[in-house]
Amino acid sequence: MNGRRNLDDFLRTDPRDVGCAQAAEMLHMYTELVAAGEPAGQRYPGIAAHLQACGPCGEDFDGLLAALRDETADRHVNSPSASLGRLIPS
Amino acid sequence: MTREMSSVIRVADDRPASPVQLDPESAGWLGALAGAGPQREAALTRLHEMLVRIAQRECRRRGPRLRITGPELDDLAYQAAADAVMAITRKLAQFRGESRFTTWAYKFVIFEVSDKIGRHFWQNPPVPLDAEDWDKLPDRFGFEPAHQAEWRDLLAALRRAVDTELSPRQRQVFIAIMVNAVPLDALAIELSSNRNAIYKMMFDARRKLRAALAANGYMDHDTAGSA
Repeated sequence: MNGRRNLDDFLRTDPRDVGCAQAAEMLHMYTELVAAGEPAGQRYPGIAAHLQACGPCGEDFDGLLAALRDETADRHVNSPSASLGRLIPS
Repeated sequence: MTREMSSVIRVADDRPASPVQLDPESAGWLGALAGAGPQREAALTRLHEMLVRIAQRECRRRGPRLRITGPELDDLAYQAAADAVMAITRKLAQFRGESRFTTWAYKFVIFEVSDKIGRHFWQNPPVPLDAEDWDKLPDRFGFEPAHQAEWRDLLAALRRAVDTELSPRQRQVFIAIMVNAVPLDALAIELSSNRNAIYKMMFDARRKLRAALAANGYMDHDTAGSA
């Protein structure tokens, strides 16, 4: 029963979640680490927890990551719409 | 400040300890933009062109999920790039080399795209802010109509908790986002608030609702979230 699981996930909050302001402040550093294949989530667990839950910040992260990958590969990359799976829709 | 909200704020600080040395390309950007004359003008032109390209790609990436298309989406990209250039030049002193300059600059244009999409929502909103169509809620969470007997009581309890446990502002935010599907950024603009404040309000509301549902046996307690 997906509905119950989705509701359960939605109501589950992560105490490490740093909120949008700090995530925005550090998004460029975090995304650059991810693009480089570094374990950004281990280094910044509060940012990772936030991007997992927050649709709008997750969308910004997806966009910035796509920009970096486009820049690197010189090709357009449609990153997966991970925000659809985030707790708070964007 | 509520007890719930303080849990968001007191978490371990993820900020880096100190700035790092600039890479040569970033130093070049910074020097040119902080300077004056033709060199600065050339750097601004190049920065704008680069950000227009990023904004256009970002608009195309988000396009399928938006109600904006064609020239309007292209206008949005140009506006985002122009406003990002202004934000970057205004905040240039805040760049500390924690990433490449271009990554830092791209962040601003991505933020501007988000902001402009949020503002665009209210040009032709599909629902009024004060609507309350609770019949849409099961679908939002993926509850299947065929199995209504299994989830009817749970959602009735959720609705009671929304009415009795949340503050008026939390209730308004919950209904706008989860019932009426108003995008969070659009709601923040309409309420003259910001993304961070609305998210924290939802964070607190989610904790209250889980506690209420757990107290009535509909759900287990969130042990991770009660730290």
